[in-house]
This record gives sequence, structure tokens and C-alpha cells, in this order.
Amino acid sequence: MRFWICAAVLAAASFGLALSPVNEYFFYAAYVVLTFVVLATAWNILGGYAGYVNFGTPAFFGIGAYAATLLFKSLGAPLAVQIAAGALMGGLLGFGVGMLTLRLRGIFFAIATVAVVFIMETLMINWRYVGGATGLQLLRPEVIAPFENYIRMLFVVMAWMGIAGVAIARYVQDSWIGRGLRALRDSEEAAEACGVPTLKLKLFACTVMGGLMGAAGAPMPMYLSFIEPASTFNLNYTIGALGGAIIGGMSHWLGPIIGALLLGSLQQIVTVTISGEVNVLIVGVLLVLFVVLAPEGILGLLKKIMPRSR
Amino acid sequence: MFFSFELLLEALMFGVLLGCFYTAVSIGLSVSFGLLDVPHVAHPAIMVLGSYATYIVASQGLDPILSGVLLMPVFFVLGVLVYRFYYESFERRGTEAGVRGLAFFFGLAFIIEIGLILVFGVDQRTVEAAYIGESLELGEYRIPYRMLVAFGVALVLTFSLTLYLSKTFTGRAIKAVAQDEPALRLMGANPVRIKQWAFGIATGVSALAGALLIIVGPVEPAIDRLYIGRTFCIVVLAGLGSMTGTLAAGLILGIAESMVLMFFGASWAPAVAFGLLLLVLGVRPQGLFGR
Repeated sequence: MRFWICAAVLAAASFGLALSPVNEYFFYAAYVVLTFVVLATAWNILGGYAGYVNFGTPAFFGIGAYAATLLFKSLGAPLAVQIAAGALMGGLLGFGVGMLTLRLRGIFFAIATVAVVFIMETLMINWRYVGGATGLQLLRPEVIAPFENYIRMLFVVMAWMGIAGVAIARYVQDSWIGRGLRALRDSEEAAEACGVPTLKLKLFACTVMGGLMGAAGAPMPMYLSFIEPASTFNLNYTIGALGGAIIGGMSHWLGPIIGALLLGSLQQIVTVTISGEVNVLIVGVLLVLFVVLAPEGILGLLKKIMPRSR
Repeated sequence: MFFSFELLLEALMFGVLLGCFYTAVSIGLSVSFGLLDVPHVAHPAIMVLGSYATYIVASQGLDPILSGVLLMPVFFVLGVLVYRFYYESFERRGTEAGVRGLAFFFGLAFIIEIGLILVFGVDQRTVEAAYIGESLELGEYRIPYRMLVAFGVALVLTFSLTLYLSKTFTGRAIKAVAQDEPALRLMGANPVRIKQWAFGIATGVSALAGALLIIVGPVEPAIDRLYIGRTFCIVVLAGLGSMTGTLAAGLILGIAESMVLMFFGASWAPAVAFGLLLLVLGVRPQGLFGR
């Protein structure tokens, strides 16, 4: 109950914020940070609970973005439809990748997901209709009533998506699905022998993860008014999603939120004050430091400091 | 799509040269990942680091190949240190090395890549030597000398590593570690020291591979991302840890990529390695010469 009250308050707050006279730049930056919250939360459903490392975040993100672009260009579909299509395509790709878990684990699965990214990128490079290698300029439609401009609306959309994503992750974690995923993370054979439907659970986790990532990618073309393959299928999304989840802590749905908010904000600050390259370097360095020194992430550190809290 | 027998032959010839080059860049990974089971996704990044190190040394007037050879001991030490760090942080703790070990190497790859961007910028770098830019003319075919040099060095590298692993005591110990670590421990050998040595060799070889990389074409910091596909494709297709398999798989990828390049165009070429990788992983994960 407490969770839902918090969620409702946050949803209302983001809406209120978008109508308030806050500086425009805040929404530009916050949108990106919130995207990483969704991506890290989605990544954690498969990576944290089930222990399958997905390096393919940009593939799911990108298929969502391109599904949205396609619908927008051909039919002029509204944003909600674009997001639904992005989620659907991301989910389908997730299901396909989930089939790979039948045979592949650990690094083999991880490398296979990298392959999916590059294959998707090559397909889009060679698909003229959605812009090919040079990309496609998109003209944003008129913004819907209470919002002053499109970016403010996208900020609210992404905030709500983040809340929805976290609610899903929380449900997965606390239900029998999460227990099953944790069981198969520790030992797939033992879980299967105990009657855990491992394949079904893995497919479910992959599909949900893909769907969320696809949905997170869908508004991106509208945010940039532009789409091109090299930046859409960039492995920087991989390290952002994985870094957020690992740095925050993979054992609880709170972890990716903390990690992504922290990393994302830090990256935004560094991009402005130092340079765009350094912000990826920071994620890399923090990621390596955390996996070596604090493998349980920030949540683990907090638990050590306050052993009595959950 | 335009097809002719001459083009096919040319693509085949170029594919063989390219394939040997790909073997050379993958052979280090064949040891570190294939034999030692280290999830070394930073292998291509370390190789690109080798390219830039070669670039620095070669700019002093040295031959790029010689620079690569001179850098091998330095990279050997680097490899020993990386393995030691990985071992202390993950392998020894044992618990859940999977997710975090992978994340560690992925993070390492990014650190190397961005480090190179910060120092050298995103521009492409090349080295100069007499054999770069010139071509051998064979009737109507032209074979660039740089490909021939890469071909030669790749063959020497592959055969010497194969011999080392099968004929010398340490080489056999490395293979033994891959087969059965506890048994090796019972024989009184220290598997960690052997793995450390082997990882050092794998990284040392990457320095020379990096030199070949910058001889064959211009290098930019983010080029390692493409080579994740090529190197892992070859090592997995080879069957983990098989050196002759690595050569065979390298040739297969080289020829396949060269064919696609010739008949479908350059924009499809990057997908070949990743497509083949996905195919192998999906159909025959143990590879051609699987152990």
C-alpha cells in the first residue's frame, strides 16, 4: 500500500513539475536520467533476478525507437501508439532472445545479445525507409493541451513509464515468478528438478525486460526529433543499464532506481561540466570499482551501515 | 548483385588473407577464453590498446611489426596483472563470479576505449611502413602487401602458439588446466600460476595482433566493438581452445565476410561475424572442434 501511495505521489509530482516554470534544461536532462531508470530496472529483471547478463540493451531500446519511427512516418501515429508498438516489438525480440537461453548461459548468452545489437544495427543501416545510415529527421507533432512544449510532456511520459516499470519489477520480485527466477539463478538444474518451470520463467523475464526497454526507446526519436542507427544501437546504453543495476544493487527493485538516478545525474553533470566522453568513463570506473569492492552495490553498503533495516 | 567467376576467385583469395588476419586477432582470446574460461570481453579493447602502443613506438621510426614484437613483454606483464586482479576479485571468492566477472571485463573495455579517446581523440590513426599502401600485382589481381604481411605474421603466430601449447611443458600444463583443474592441483602444480602465465601470453600476443590491426587498416578507439563479434565468433566456432580450429574458423569468417563484402556491399559486412556467431551459438555451441 505504501508503495502505491508513493507511486501516485511521484506520478502527480512529475505532472505538476512539468507545468511549473522550472528551467527547460532540467526536463532535457531528467528525461535521459529517467530513461536509464527504466532501462536499469528492466535489465535487473533478467540480470539481477535470473542472473543472465544481457549486453543487448541497445537492441531492445533501438527496436522500440525504430518501431515508433516507422509508425510515425507511415501513419503519423500518436505517441501512445508508438510506445505500445515499441513495447510490443521489444517484447517480441525479448521472447526471441529468451529462446536462446534454452542453450546458452553466462558469457555465451551475453555475447549472443551483443550480436543481436549489431545485427539490428546493420538491418537499420540498410533500411532506407527509416533513414538508413544517415538517419531521419522527424517533425514533432503539436503538443497536447496542458503542456507548454513537447519535452515537458515526454518527461512526464518517461516518469510514468519509470513508475510503471518499477511496479512491474516489484511485482515480479515479490511474486512466485521472482522466487522461481532466483532459484534458477542459483542452480538451474536444481530449480528444474524441484518443478520450477525454468524455461517459461526465463521467457517471461526476457519478454518483460524487452518490452520495457522497447517502451523506453519509443519516445526517443520524438525527444531528439531525429533517429540514426549508430547512436541508437550504441553500447553506451548497455553500460548505462547494467551499471545502474549493478551499482545500485541487483537484489532488490530499489537498487536499479538508486543506481540509475545516481549514475544518470552524475553523467548529466559531467557532460555539461567536463565532456561527453568522460561520462561513459565514469560509469566504467564506478562499475569496475563496485563489482570488485562492493559486489552488493549501494543497497549492500546501506545494509552494512544499517543492519536492522531491510 | 553482380556475379562472375573472377570476382568469386578474388573474394576467395582476399577472404583467405583476411581469415588469417582474423585468426591472429582471435588467437589470444582462444587461450584466455577458450582454454582458461575467463569471460574476457575486453580482449578486443586490449588489442586496440596494442594498436595505439604500436602507433606510439612506430612513430619513433621503428617498423610496426617490430614495435608489436617489442611490446609483447609489456603486454605480457599487463596480462599477468589483469588476471591476478580478476582472480583475487572474482575467481577466488567463487560466489557468483558470472554476472560480476562479465561486468568487470565489460567495464574494463569501456575504460580502455574512453581512455584512448581522451588521449588520442576519435580520429583514425595509421602507421607507415614500406609495405603499407603498395600492392603485389599478379596478372589482373592486386594483393596489398599489408595483407600479405599480416597473413605471414598471423601464420607464424598461430603455428608457434600451437607448437608451444603441445610441445613444451608449460604449454601442456596450460592445456591441462583447461581440462581438469583439480587434477592438476593434485599433481602438485599451482593452477593459478599457470593460468596467470597463460593469460599473460594471451595478452602479449594481443600486442602483436594490435600491430597487425593498425597495419591492415586505420584504427580508431571504438573499433574494438566490431571485433567483439569477430573474435568471439572465431573462438566459439573453433570450439573452445582449439588452435587449429581457430585457424579454420578464422578462414571461414574471412571468406564469408569477403564474399558478403564483394557481392552485397560494405554496409552488410559487419553483420556477418555477428550473424555467424549467433548461428553457431544457436545450432552448435560446442563449435567445430569442440573439446
